[in-house]
Amino acid sequence: MKKINFTPLISSLLAILAGLVIGFLILLICNTKEAVPGFLTIIMGPFTHGLEGIGDVLYYATPLILCGTSVGFAFRTGLFNIGGSGQYLMGAFGAVYVGLMCEFLGPVQWVVALIVACILGGICGGITGALKAYFNVNEVITSIMLNYISLYFVNMTIRGNAMLFNPARNESRNIKEVAEVPQLGLDKIFSGSAVNIGIIIAIVVAIIIYIILEKTVFGYELKACGFNKNASRYAGINENKSIIYSMIIAGAICGLAGGIAYLSGTGKHIEIKDVIPAEGFNGISVALLGVSNPIAIIFSGLFIAYLTAGGFYLQLFHFSKEIIDIIIAIIIYFSAFSLLVTNIISRKSKKGKE
Amino acid sequence: MGSEYAIEMKHITIKFGNLVANDDVTLQLKKGEIHALLGENGAGKSTLMSILFGLYHADKGEIYVNGVKENITDPLVANKLGIGMVHQHFKLVENFTVLENIILGCEDEKMGLLRMDKARKKITEISSKYNFDIDLDAKIENITVGMQQRTEILKMLYRDNNILIFDEPTAVLTPNEIDEFMEILKNLKAEGKSILFISHKLDEIKKVADKCTILRLGKVVNTVNCEDCTKEQLSEMMVGRKVSLKVDKKPATPGDVVLKVRNLTIAGEKGHKDKVENVSLDVRSGEIVCIAGIDGNGQSEFVKGLTGLMKVKSGKVYLCDEDITYATVRHRNMGLMSHIPEDRHRDGLVLDYSVAKNVVLQQYFDKEFSKSGFLDKNEILKYTHQIMKEYDIRSSNGEYTICRAMSGGNQQKIITGREMTKPHKLMIAVQPTRGLDVGAIEYIHKKIVELRDRGIAVLLVSFELEEVMNLADKILVMYEGQIVGKFDPKTVDLNELGLYMAGSKRMNLEVA
Repeated sequence: MKKINFTPLISSLLAILAGLVIGFLILLICNTKEAVPGFLTIIMGPFTHGLEGIGDVLYYATPLILCGTSVGFAFRTGLFNIGGSGQYLMGAFGAVYVGLMCEFLGPVQWVVALIVACILGGICGGITGALKAYFNVNEVITSIMLNYISLYFVNMTIRGNAMLFNPARNESRNIKEVAEVPQLGLDKIFSGSAVNIGIIIAIVVAIIIYIILEKTVFGYELKACGFNKNASRYAGINENKSIIYSMIIAGAICGLAGGIAYLSGTGKHIEIKDVIPAEGFNGISVALLGVSNPIAIIFSGLFIAYLTAGGFYLQLFHFSKEIIDIIIAIIIYFSAFSLLVTNIISRKSKKGKE
Repeated sequence: MGSEYAIEMKHITIKFGNLVANDDVTLQLKKGEIHALLGENGAGKSTLMSILFGLYHADKGEIYVNGVKENITDPLVANKLGIGMVHQHFKLVENFTVLENIILGCEDEKMGLLRMDKARKKITEISSKYNFDIDLDAKIENITVGMQQRTEILKMLYRDNNILIFDEPTAVLTPNEIDEFMEILKNLKAEGKSILFISHKLDEIKKVADKCTILRLGKVVNTVNCEDCTKEQLSEMMVGRKVSLKVDKKPATPGDVVLKVRNLTIAGEKGHKDKVENVSLDVRSGEIVCIAGIDGNGQSEFVKGLTGLMKVKSGKVYLCDEDITYATVRHRNMGLMSHIPEDRHRDGLVLDYSVAKNVVLQQYFDKEFSKSGFLDKNEILKYTHQIMKEYDIRSSNGEYTICRAMSGGNQQKIITGREMTKPHKLMIAVQPTRGLDVGAIEYIHKKIVELRDRGIAVLLVSFELEEVMNLADKILVMYEGQIVGKFDPKTVDLNELGLYMAGSKRMNLEVA
């Protein structure tokens, strides 16, 4: 009885195809001779480096899947979480803080660190949600502003604390190995790569979010508010509460992404600079390509990570790795565009029924 | 130019996906004739008129205007051919004056400056010819719906349109305004205009139309001379079966007071007067109390106050002797109140949810439909299936159909079915049959009477006098936020009721 709607899948695949074709054209323009091997590298990229390459894809995919899930989840509940970067940074800060200051926790240190990351990210999202719920301030504006507030808060706090700050490199101190997110043998399988259980956490979170949205009473309420605030009120749902919960969860997921990224033992430190991390914005792209479906977001996150990893190898052929960003951007453009087209088509056919 | 027909639409066919909206439809409008287009919801009336006005393009068929074959690609072409259309929802700029609205799109200008005097002269002439009695400098937002409609008519006349299309012109008018509108139609006809109007009100069609074309499921059933047909015959042709326009019901047997409202006042927007003033009324079990009145006299706000969607300024609301004035919406829902809201898209349904999810909109969290936080899909589907069967809700994909893709009639049935099935003692229904066709109206009316006979208290708000007269055991008239009259439907005179609705008469009532 239940028909599955394939339109979003088709539109995403079309977008990917269009992005790759145009990417190839760009390669041709830049360097005609090496365009074909360069293009093959993008497509085959990570596989040419065996399991290490795949491990790297999984590593890159972790924050993308989490931030994508965050944005997608918020979007399904009628909210646009553009503050993922700030939440990510707050999460990173929380994790680094616990990682550096709470050695007494022993083997559970990384777990506590990630929980603190979720809490800080959640607070950051919750502020946005509360402002929207009680004062009707648009979440896009507040979450963008909170990106900057988070950035400068983190900079200020780290610089002001000698236990956290490494003045020689103008960044946060190194985290001891015990506090890192464990690799749990993944480093043995994908030897040479930085992959850790973050990827498993990310996939589990995406699946949980999917279940919450599709199967639970809680998800039913959140989505109802997102679709139709008035009907939700009519049904007796407290829409203010729903908005705040949505944003807290979205923020916590981004915070978790930040926590995992900075406890990975890959030499990633919170640098004191005036640049907002890109991960939150990348999450928007991933969510868009995955049409806000958490399960699809796992795949779109993996796909973007795959392209990014391939982009590094592109440098072997004298291309600059930014080309891969252009290709990703084109794919995102097309996926937004093809969604528009499918929407127009379905709206037209609906009009006819009236 | 020699043709006797102003409009001939021949063998028009248009498909939207799998749906054939118009199937080989032929319609001929004689010059100087009033031609009605009658049909159920979704019969294809509006589609046909939209094709004539250039909003849609027919897949097959031809259109002749004054005997000449024309290709009407968009409304501008239609306008050039002298075809004008008044849409069901007026297309007026709220904060422009009547005059500005009329000339909008064909303004006179001199060196970039707007010149109104010529237009004003012409419009004044037209307006006095038809006794329109309209203030050209009043802003649209400040005039009545009837006047707004006249503005729309003036717009067409100013553009020298000779073929006038009206889409359900009387749906929004008061009884008096309808009479005046009928006069206007006759005058326009006398001036040689050719008129097409869409309606599903049989009275009006009998009153003014010369010919009537009946559409059903996209096909022409018949074109008849209105004089030769009775109302019953018309409605039978429209629905395809015999329809009783009168509801059979036994006398009411009112029991205990279920809903008790005392001195309810609801504030208006800042700086405006109260929307509802000091309303007191009782609704007993086993009776249908109708609130009649013209749209916009505080009925919506009153109901929102009762259902908890709007804050109450003062006064008390009791449901089965419990004070629910400040109770949450959920408490009221669970406290045995059912509510069929006025705006089904805005309040009644989450359009992007499936039928099944909408059917449990107020009950999804209930033990019956959820287990430890997870929705119980099987129970929900079973319940939905039962309601869909009982209320004859049709959809392409069964319980999984997304409501947005369904017709208005079926959407309304989902809400009606949901509210009538869920446990309740009080039913508050606002315009429950708005936009439905005769067959569906008959069905819902029957159901409402059934509820009453089961001992449910029914509070019905309706802007349709016929509905009020058919269903009510007690009629209350609301005017400017107050209850100004209380009548027994068996003895009330319609004209009398109209006077109360228009505010020219009032009773002093302690508790209605």
